[in-house]
Amino acid sequence: MGMHSVVVTVNGVVECLEVPSNLTLLEMLRERLALTGTKNGCAAGECGACTVLMNGEPVNACMVLAVETDGAEIVTVEGLAHGEALDPLQQAFVEEGAVQCGFCTPGMLISARALLDRNPNPSETEIRQALLGNLCRCTGYTRIVRAVQRAASEAAENPREVVG
Amino acid sequence: MSEESRMASPVGRSVPRTDAGEKVTGAAQFTDDLQFGPGLLYGRLVRSPHPHARILRVDVSRALEMPGVKAVATGADTPGFIGLYLKDRHILCTDRVRYVGDPVAGVVAVSEEIAEEAARRVEVEYEPLPAVFDPLEGVHPDAPLLHPDLGQYEVVPFIFPQPGTNISNVFRVRKGDVEAAWPQCDAIVEATYRTPHIQHVPIEPHVAVARWDRTGQVTLWSSTQSPFAQRDLIAQSLGISQGDMRVIGPYVGGGFGSKAGVSMEALAVVLARKVPGHPVKVRLTREEEFFCAFVRQGLVARVKIGGTRDGKILALAVEYYWDAGAYTEYGVNITRAAGYSSTGPYTIPNVKTDSYCVYTNHPVGGPMRGFGMPEIHWSIEQSVDRLAEALGVDPLRFRLQNCVKGGDVIVTGMVMHPVGLQECIERAAEAVGWGRKEPASAPHKRRGKGIAACWKAPAMPPNAGSEAWVRFNEDATVSVGVGGQEIGQGAFTIAAQVAAETLGVPYEWVRVCHPVDTQYSPYEWQTVASRITWSMGNAVRAAAADARRQILELVARHWGESPDDLDIRDGEVVSFRSERSLALNKTVIYGLPLPDDQGWTGGPIIGRGRFMPTYVTGLDPETGQGERAVVHYTTGAQAVDLEVDLETGQVEVLRLAAFYDVGKAINPEQVVMQTEGGVVQGLSSALLEELRLHEGRPLNPSFVDYRIATAVDTPRQIIAGYVEVPQDDGPWGARGIGEHPMIATAPAIANALHDALGVRFDDLPLTAEKIYLALRAKEGR
Repeated sequence: MGMHSVVVTVNGVVECLEVPSNLTLLEMLRERLALTGTKNGCAAGECGACTVLMNGEPVNACMVLAVETDGAEIVTVEGLAHGEALDPLQQAFVEEGAVQCGFCTPGMLISARALLDRNPNPSETEIRQALLGNLCRCTGYTRIVRAVQRAASEAAENPREVVG
Repeated sequence: MSEESRMASPVGRSVPRTDAGEKVTGAAQFTDDLQFGPGLLYGRLVRSPHPHARILRVDVSRALEMPGVKAVATGADTPGFIGLYLKDRHILCTDRVRYVGDPVAGVVAVSEEIAEEAARRVEVEYEPLPAVFDPLEGVHPDAPLLHPDLGQYEVVPFIFPQPGTNISNVFRVRKGDVEAAWPQCDAIVEATYRTPHIQHVPIEPHVAVARWDRTGQVTLWSSTQSPFAQRDLIAQSLGISQGDMRVIGPYVGGGFGSKAGVSMEALAVVLARKVPGHPVKVRLTREEEFFCAFVRQGLVARVKIGGTRDGKILALAVEYYWDAGAYTEYGVNITRAAGYSSTGPYTIPNVKTDSYCVYTNHPVGGPMRGFGMPEIHWSIEQSVDRLAEALGVDPLRFRLQNCVKGGDVIVTGMVMHPVGLQECIERAAEAVGWGRKEPASAPHKRRGKGIAACWKAPAMPPNAGSEAWVRFNEDATVSVGVGGQEIGQGAFTIAAQVAAETLGVPYEWVRVCHPVDTQYSPYEWQTVASRITWSMGNAVRAAAADARRQILELVARHWGESPDDLDIRDGEVVSFRSERSLALNKTVIYGLPLPDDQGWTGGPIIGRGRFMPTYVTGLDPETGQGERAVVHYTTGAQAVDLEVDLETGQVEVLRLAAFYDVGKAINPEQVVMQTEGGVVQGLSSALLEELRLHEGRPLNPSFVDYRIATAVDTPRQIIAGYVEVPQDDGPWGARGIGEHPMIATAPAIANALHDALGVRFDDLPLTAEKIYLALRAKEGR
């Protein structure tokens, strides 16, 4: 198996790694960097539990090879908070009861973050469309949608700099 | 209690979840997140490609030759049987395989890839045997026998296998006289209903890591609803002491029954035994998850029901044939629960029920949210609608008239406890505008409304118990030990609320100790049956009351007062008599000093509590009658307002209302959260889900081919609520609610579809294709 040098920024930290050709971004995050917040639900790009931001775009980390991330910026659920302060989305998920088992939550949060970064004031339909690739079996989605709406409206009231 | 402190009561308040912060930051640890270091090895399974075959030869030599392979285990390593109620399977198959996916051998290697490749090199020679793919075939006297040794299996006393057949349990009800009742009926309707196998689909697949040390001590980390049951059953099967086996259960990424009992976890233990000192991880792929873990049992239900023109249900005869799959070690009790609940939530004087658990060469049936109740209510609630129609009675009024009320003698002869089902039915109906015909949104659409009620009791052994302890940290924050698992349902939050309320400390002071660890955590039978708020809640309440009593006695002694004059308020001991107060943090670890430096009194406080129902009685095996079949029933109702597109068969649920009698909502928001999630899972099972099998082979084991509801598939509006008729044996009157929201959804949708289209659907799921074809067939007539 060929090995490759990768320099990748993960949650603002520059990581230099030697990775085999077949290592996925998901495996790199979970097994090499111990960033286990990103979950493995199907390893086939179907459930969305492993969604991370790659250069600001949501991707299924199980469908991206680690070598492809050379030079990229990755944000995982561990990188969403702003220092001590939770991201408004994280806060809204807590307050709206959008979390049950929590296994889909990291991917949901990232997909929602990607949505709000490109569309700060989405309609309910736009939110549901944006979360279409993130499966949840516990909540029935209602409160997740409401949490995204809440985070969006709070951000509109209290503008802040978007990190990425 | 003063008005002020009552306002701050944690019980009855929608406090935030204890685990939400961990779960939104990625801090929450699930089993696959635990780090085991470079000694970690991986296991993969060799699985049967045949639905039924004899194993003639297993040759592992080519696998063992592969670099990186550490060990291979086969059925020779697992001579013992395993099973919760009926020990009918080996951890690895010994002489025959009974479903596609049955594990025959397992490989341990340094990576999953090598283990997978080595598993392919294990040679297994099979002799295919005739197979059974339908429970009605399975009960036929000429059917191939799947478990010839059924008569020798160890079984609990309330399960009745029929040796020489494929029937692993039968439950009968004989109440009143149905034959005498039929002639008195003004209308009788009969139908046969089918529900397919479906999958729980937790987003976290099954995963287990096991390690044997060189002295024979075993540790198992698993995504499990049942750390204690896994310890017990795996230890029994391997012939080791439960005292030498430890199960650690981190957060569970969705259970719904699939992680109850033992399914794949024992495989990790068996593989790890081959490589002492090394942790061995086994995780199911999503593909395996669909058919190698438990599936929901299929059901063929024959229902005959009759009533009189004055709106009374007079008689019911049902036959249930459960498609229980290759092993029914857990499913036998679903058959029983279905039998003793076979009237649905109705009081019917004459009942004849035969519920059969039938072996087939399908994936292993097991518990799934509702434990047989969604399946039987699919038939009951449509039959009740059909009968109401035949009698010319409004289905809402019909339900209100016949539904169980406190004091009724129900199907098993048990006297029903106080129950708020009528109010649930009324409120659900009202929420969708029952009785008002409303127009569809387009000419090619039809609108309809439907309602369904339900009941479910915790289905468990009569003596399933819970333990809890309560102790303190130096700053008087509270550590609560429980053995119930946090699987998303909010169990830890409820435990914290119960402890805080009972002790008299702020909710924020309470920490629920996790992960649950059988070596240190209190006992809990299993996190199943919607029993945790009720049973574990009782145990936590008892433990907290015990701790509170110790504190009050200590301080009363110190102050020279009576404990009766003392209370704990917001974390301070206060005296009504002397108006003194003492902060708990001075007391709960170090005790209190005696006057004049004469020593100390008290010491670290530890409260202990337990709960076990002692009042569930046996039932007569011929009639199913007995004094108290179950601890209690949680009841409720759902109403649906929907639209169907005549051109596509697509269903859109506009409004879905769900109301349950929870006895007492310990956390009102969590009741609503369970309800919202449950109805969407119910809707998903109603409209989308079926594990399709062809001669035992799964055709759709992926998220592409087996769709579950996504964010765009939910009802436009969910109206979720509850009523509170207290339960005498529940904490503050609480009953369970975890499973119930899924039960009535599918029949409510089917009844609404009938209202919209005039078409009945006897088989799930209600796919657009099925509805479209039914409409074309109706036009053709």
